[in-house]
Order: sequence, then C-alpha cells, then structure tokens
Amino acid sequence: MSVPLEAYLALSALLFVLGTTGVLLRRNALVVFMSIELMLNAVNLTFVAFARQRLAIEGQLAVFFVVVVAAVEVVVGLAILIAIFRTRDTVDIDDVHLLRG
Amino acid sequence: MVLEVIVALPLAGWLINGLAGGRLPRGVVGAIGCGTVGAACAASVIAAGDPAVAGGGLTATLFTWFTAGEFTVSAGLLMDRLSALMALVVTGVGFLIHVYSIGYMADDPAYARYFAYLNLFVASMLLLVLGGNLLVLFVGWELVGLCSYLLIGFWFDRERAANSGRKAFIVNRIGDAGFLLGILLLATTAGSLQFDRLAAAAGGMAPGLLTAATLLLFAGATGKSAQLPLYVWLPDAMEGPTPVSALIHAATMVTAGVYMIARLHPLFLHAGFTLSVVAAVGAATAFFAATVALVEWDLKRVLAYSTISQLGYMFLAMGVVMMPAGMFHLTTHAFFKALLFLAAGSVMHAVGGVVDMRRLGGLAGPMRWTAAGFAVGGLALAGVPPFAGFFSKDLILEGAFEWAQRGGAMLVWIAGLATAFVTAVYVTRAMILTFAGPAAHPGRPHGAPAVMGLPMAVLAALSFGGGLLGARVAGEPLLRYLGPFFVDSATGVLKDRLVPAGVITALPVAVSLAGILAGFALYRNRREVTLGALGRFLSQQWYIETLYDAVIVTPAKRLAHLLADVVETRGIDGAVNGVGALVGRAGLAVRGLQTGFVRNYAAAILAGTILMLGYWLLR
Repeated sequence: MSVPLEAYLALSALLFVLGTTGVLLRRNALVVFMSIELMLNAVNLTFVAFARQRLAIEGQLAVFFVVVVAAVEVVVGLAILIAIFRTRDTVDIDDVHLLRG
Repeated sequence: MVLEVIVALPLAGWLINGLAGGRLPRGVVGAIGCGTVGAACAASVIAAGDPAVAGGGLTATLFTWFTAGEFTVSAGLLMDRLSALMALVVTGVGFLIHVYSIGYMADDPAYARYFAYLNLFVASMLLLVLGGNLLVLFVGWELVGLCSYLLIGFWFDRERAANSGRKAFIVNRIGDAGFLLGILLLATTAGSLQFDRLAAAAGGMAPGLLTAATLLLFAGATGKSAQLPLYVWLPDAMEGPTPVSALIHAATMVTAGVYMIARLHPLFLHAGFTLSVVAAVGAATAFFAATVALVEWDLKRVLAYSTISQLGYMFLAMGVVMMPAGMFHLTTHAFFKALLFLAAGSVMHAVGGVVDMRRLGGLAGPMRWTAAGFAVGGLALAGVPPFAGFFSKDLILEGAFEWAQRGGAMLVWIAGLATAFVTAVYVTRAMILTFAGPAAHPGRPHGAPAVMGLPMAVLAALSFGGGLLGARVAGEPLLRYLGPFFVDSATGVLKDRLVPAGVITALPVAVSLAGILAGFALYRNRREVTLGALGRFLSQQWYIETLYDAVIVTPAKRLAHLLADVVETRGIDGAVNGVGALVGRAGLAVRGLQTGFVRNYAAAILAGTILMLGYWLLR
C-alpha cells in the first residue's frame, strides 16, 4: 500500500510550522538557520509529494533548485555568522540590531 | 561694396581700439578713432555721389538673415536720398566730435575705451540709417542704445553716472518694447519688412492695424528721441562726457526717431490719427522742455532740455507732414547743438568740470573764441536770421500754420511759436550766466586747444551757413534733394507742400528777437530770477518725474518688496520647506517599525502571508 498524499502534506505542514516557530522564537543564529533549512525542506517535501501524485517531473526539478539555492545560502549565511562571531563574540540575534530605525 | 565699407570702417576702429587700444600710444588710438570715422565720411560722400542714390537707392545685400516660409529677412543695406543725408550728418558731425574728443579726453585714463565705444556708436548709427529693412534698422536702433548706455556710464565709478546709464537703458526699453511690437505687427500684416515693400503695402492695410502699428513705432521713437512721456532719461544722460552728449544725445542718436518716421512716412501718411498724435506730442514736448530749460542751473542740462525741445519741433514737422523741413531741422540742429555742447565742453574743460551756471560767468574774456562759438550756436538755436536754425524752424512753423488752416489744431502752431520765444529767452540766459559779468570762477580759465577749437570753428561755420541748404534765396538745395524721396512713394500730398508759401515768416523772427530782448532784460547783470511759484513748478519739470515716482517707481518697489519678503520667503520657500518637513515627520512616525530584529520582520512576513491566504480563502 502506498502512503497517501495527505500524510506527506501533514508532515510537511508540521515541519514548516516547526521551522517558522524556530525562526520566530530562537535566539541563537545557528538554530535560526537550521530552522530556515527545516522550512525549506518542508516545502521540498510538498514538491516531491505533489510531483509523485500528479506524475509530473517539474516538482522534482524545483526541489533540485531549492537544494542548490539552500546550499549557496548556507555558504553565505555561515560566513556572515562567523564574521559576526569574530567581531562580537556572540551569535545571539537579539544583540545584532544595528539596522534599527 | 561702398556701403559695407562705410559701416565696416568704424567697426574696425572699434575692434582695434577695443582689443589693443590699451597697449597703443594715445596718438595712435586717437588717429584710429578719428581716421576710421573720417574715412567713413569720405566713403559716404563717394556713395552719396552714386547716381543710384538719387534714383531708386543704392543697395547691398550681405546675406539672407533668416527665412520662415514666405517671410524672408535679408541683412541688407540701402542708401537713398534720406539715408545719404543721415549718413553724411552722422559721419561728418561724428568726425568733428571725434577730433574734438582728442583734446577733451586727453587726460582720461580710459582713453582707448572711450574711442572704442565712440567708434562702435558711429558704426551702429550708420547701420541704423543704412539698414535696408526694418529689422536691420532695429538692430542699429538697439546698438546705439547700448552705446548710449555705455557712454553715459563711461565714468562708471561715479554713482550718478552709472545710475543715469541704467535709467537711459531702462526707459528706452519701454519705448523699444512698443517698437518691437510695431515691427511684429507690420511683419504679420504686410508680410515683409523691406522698406519698399512696406511702402507698397501701406495703402492696402486695414486702417486700424496701420494706426496701431504706427503708434507702436512712435512709442519707440518717444523713447529713443526723448519725447513726452519718455523724455526723462535725456537730462540725466548729461553725466556722460560732453562730446558724447554732443554726438549721441544731441546730433545723431536722439534723432533716430525722426529718421524712422521719415523712413516709414508712407505708413504714417496713411495713418492720420498717428500723425496728429505725433504733432501733438512734438508740440507739447517742444514747449514743455523749453520752459524747463528756462530754470535749469546746469549748463549741460539746459542744452539737454533744449535738445528735447528741438526734437519736439522735428516731430511736430513730421506730424504736420512737413517732413523735408523736419529733416532739414534735424541737420541744422545737428550742427548748432553739437556746437553748443562742444562750447559747453570747452567751458567745463577750462574751469575744471564746473557746469553750474551760478558758479560760472565772466568767461567771455579769457575764452573769447568759445564764447563766440556759443553765441553763434545760440543765435542759430534761437532762430535769428541768417543763422541756420532760423530757416529750418521757420519752415516748420509755416508748416504748422498751414496744417492748422487745413483743419489741424491751431494750438500746435501756437505752441511752436511760444517755444520759439522761450527758446530765445533761455539761450540768452545761458549765454549771460556763463560768459557775461565778472569772473565767478577762481583760477585762470584757458581757451580751448586747437584740436578742440577747429571742430567748433567748422561747426560754427555750418551753424551760420547751414541755413543755405534750405534757404529760399539759395534755391533750397536740401529740400529739393529730399523732395523726390518723399513724393515718389507718398500719396502726392507733399508735392505742393514742399515749399510752403511764406505766410507769416516775420512772426517767428519777431518772437525770437523779443525773446532775446526779454532774456537780456530779465537776466541783465547775471541776476537770479526765480519766477516765484512758476519757477518752482518748472524746476520740478512740471512734477512729471514726481508723478512717475509716485505712480510707477514707488508702487513697483513696493511690489518688489512684497514679492521678495512675503511671496518669496513665505510662499515659495515655505512650500519647498514644507514638503521637506512633511516627509521628515512622516519618516519619524514610521521609523519605529524598523526595529533591527530579524524576527520582527519574519513575524510581519508571516502575518502578511496569513492575511493574504485568509483573504484568498474567504474570497
């Protein structure tokens, strides 16, 4: 028997909410980062689920794009994090609010 | 070819003296200044001898200035009988005054600049009188205005001189605005600005349009020729060097308005109303300025008002359709008024710049030649036979009388006659106050040097004998010469009027002699006659300038202050600053949204997304 689409979507929504909550509530920048990855992969899961259900290749294609972009984003983001840590000895994002109006 | 040379010669003098004059020795500067004008005079004589001048006119087209559809204006020159006379007067009198200037300006540090301006003036004036169409004339018209401004304010470190220059320029702008409008009106209705084409089109133009156009042109003439109501700049123009007053503000530039009317007489002859206005303004100005000259203490300003008055005579002549007589008076006036100014300049030169006649006097002894010259000029101005002014003024008065008999206003003739009387009085007064009595000036006044004396001698000879140009006994050569110019293109009215029958020749002579006697009686022993309340009225120039101050200058200044202090600072600046302040305050109000915390932004994005999804679902 095959897993129904709804199960994938439910899991995906759960992962997305977990990720969103992490972004909104956690202070450690590294954890915020990981939460963003979680949101991205929740979306990837829906892509793949729909692609399989509708027998369309485009969904899987989109996932590859997301993976590549996520990898790139991680490279840049981690570089920024390291730069912040070097200058301020912390990665607590509540301490990083220089762009306040 | 010769026409271009006439204009180009003084222009070359201007370029040389203007660009390199500061590095040239004074003798060379003076020689270039006088030589170019003298050569232009010789060229004018040669050109005037060309048979084409007496025929249809000698023309030269330099290039096509601009073309707009059917409408073409070429930069062309024209010398016919009228402009031949004008060119000869301008270059001839101009040459004499240039020579005189060598002596008069000998000690001035800006010697080269002076001659450069003077040469530019002669070139501009020649362009004005030789212009082949109205637009070229206008270019010359504006250029002489510029030269007038530059030379009135020649000693620009004196505040009065600088202000007078500006005043002359601004007052002329008012008249020139009308002049330009008149030109545009003619260009649109007649379709051409060539003089011959305008003359041909004059008969077919709508009378209303023609009257409007000629009135606008006459407005320009009142500015340039210092007639009522725009005369106010000429008395102040006396701040310039005296030879400039003689050349520009007596002999040539101020007569440009008269020349313009003579040049466009086919148009004016078809506009009867304009002619009446011209006659009335001329007569009123002649009388008004003569009365003011009666109480003026400044010798040069007396002569300035006298010039305004005599220009009034010329306009009177134009208005009563005695145009050849007007041009004749223009010519004789150029001689005797230049002579009077040069004599006044010699006086100033001798006594160190004093022009107040109360501080002059007793100069007949030490400066007997200058005094004699002034007397000749004065007698010519007063209209005593056989001096030049008598013949021309007499012709004008005869014309005015005939005009009155043909239905014109008798008042014009009466005003002309009264002016003749007042003229004789004030010229006698100026003569007595300046030259008679005991020496009022300390120091030793000296006679004029030869370089100043010779031009005065020539002008004195012309002021004495110039009347022969229009005297009946000599066959009126000038009037006969000009006659065909005015008859050919005109309606023929002038044919019979060329030599008016001597109706009442004796009366003006009697009036002039009576004026001189009255002057002697009033001002004997250099008495200061105040004339009481009338004198005060006259010395305020009939309160005309006071009126202008009250009606135009003061309200204009108030308006300027209103615009500068209220409209500018509060209105315009207020609007600009208000916009800036508004944006700034709006920025302050919303800056709280920018917390710098990433999570706030993320929450906002989330909220936005939820809202959008909710809207999408519930739609």
